[in-house]
Amino acid sequence: MTVAKRVIACLDVRAGKVVKSVRFVDTKDIGDAIELARRYNEEGVDELLFLDINASHERRRTAVELASRVADELFIPFTVGGGIASADAAGEILRTGADKVAVNSAAVRDPSLLTAIAERYGSQACVLSMDVRRSGATFEVVVDGGRVPTGRDAVAWAKEGCARGAGEILLNSIDRDGTKLGFDLEMTRAIAEVVDVPVIASGGASSAEDFVTLFRQTPADAGLAASIFHYRELTIPHVKATIAAAGIRVRPTEAFVRR
Amino acid sequence: MIAIADYGVGNLASVRKAFHAVGHEAELVRDVSRLRSARAIVLPGVGHFGHCSREFHRYGLGPAVSDARSRGVPLLGICVGMQLFFEGSEEADDAPGLGLLAGTVRKMRGVPRLPQIGWNEVRVSGGHPWLAAADGWYYFVHSYAAEPDAGVTLGTVDYGGERAAIVGTEGLLGVQFHPEKSGPSGLRLLDAWARAVS
Repeated sequence: MTVAKRVIACLDVRAGKVVKSVRFVDTKDIGDAIELARRYNEEGVDELLFLDINASHERRRTAVELASRVADELFIPFTVGGGIASADAAGEILRTGADKVAVNSAAVRDPSLLTAIAERYGSQACVLSMDVRRSGATFEVVVDGGRVPTGRDAVAWAKEGCARGAGEILLNSIDRDGTKLGFDLEMTRAIAEVVDVPVIASGGASSAEDFVTLFRQTPADAGLAASIFHYRELTIPHVKATIAAAGIRVRPTEAFVRR
Repeated sequence: MIAIADYGVGNLASVRKAFHAVGHEAELVRDVSRLRSARAIVLPGVGHFGHCSREFHRYGLGPAVSDARSRGVPLLGICVGMQLFFEGSEEADDAPGLGLLAGTVRKMRGVPRLPQIGWNEVRVSGGHPWLAAADGWYYFVHSYAAEPDAGVTLGTVDYGGERAAIVGTEGLLGVQFHPEKSGPSGLRLLDAWARAVS
């Protein structure tokens, strides 16, 4: 027996607001991060991700403070990413109540960042977030919020990232982001079949069945969605129940009672 | 007061916050004399056993916790905090545990993946007054697991075979998982412990 498959909600945050994007652009405000975090904690999501997608130097302070307030609402694992470029910055995030940090562009520029974080805080706290798009028959890593193609092969980068210390991979499909076309199964398989760490598939989910298909057809450990959960087009308990009904092991949801 | 032993290791704020959420006061305590006056002690811990053991002893908490144990002060160990109750760990041969429970801690073998990261289901197998209705799903992050002597295991989890998830004896409880990160089931467990030791 192994661990349960996970259903993860993601807060894409910009300038203190949760936003929605399609193929990484056309963002618009959805709502308040604290309220959403509280709701997901109560609905039984398995984990929450907070990505400050346009974190710049001057906005970092605000983002860290908001992430800390989100952490206060949660009694589940919490990952924070966006603009983390040093082990010190990772440490600052972890001290605010996050359990893991997700690093992306900075790790592509300097892969030793993964090693530095893993050595100081453990691989379990070090998530490699990869923004990937299809490029002919292969998959290419793109950095800086989906704006700058690198020419790097995503499969090779995933393997290297794990060798350098990443304990988990967050695989974001740029092509599927916000499209409701379902997870990119081929891309997820290409990565999840070659690494030993858990892979979180992200981008394109629109139905509970998309999660079932993901877990049936790929070795992914977790499926992530954002705006469909925020807008209540899909609820966590419904997704969990659908996955369980398909015979896949998942943590059942139960009412969250705070005294 | 419930004292959360603060030796600079572990997600201490999360543990305190979880107790508060279910209505119990808990304080982070680094000062040995204050630890000695605690009504109950939580021993957290995360990461490398050797690092945790060294920091724990560097802060001089060993004698205070052992003394509390001998006076019957209730103890709760979480993750590596629980592992510290044993004599030692394969993870660090040179770093001692407290020896409050018989058995050792070894790397998990024959498992799907190391570390075990994620939610798994715990079945309570032994009787303990603090463990009413503790069956449930909890969040695990670990590569090493306790291999207790007979009678010490109170709950198990199936991860490539049965592993000790809850250990304990009279007045002492240890959990391999993170109750502070385990949603409703984790909060229930902390609440039940805090009520029992009040």
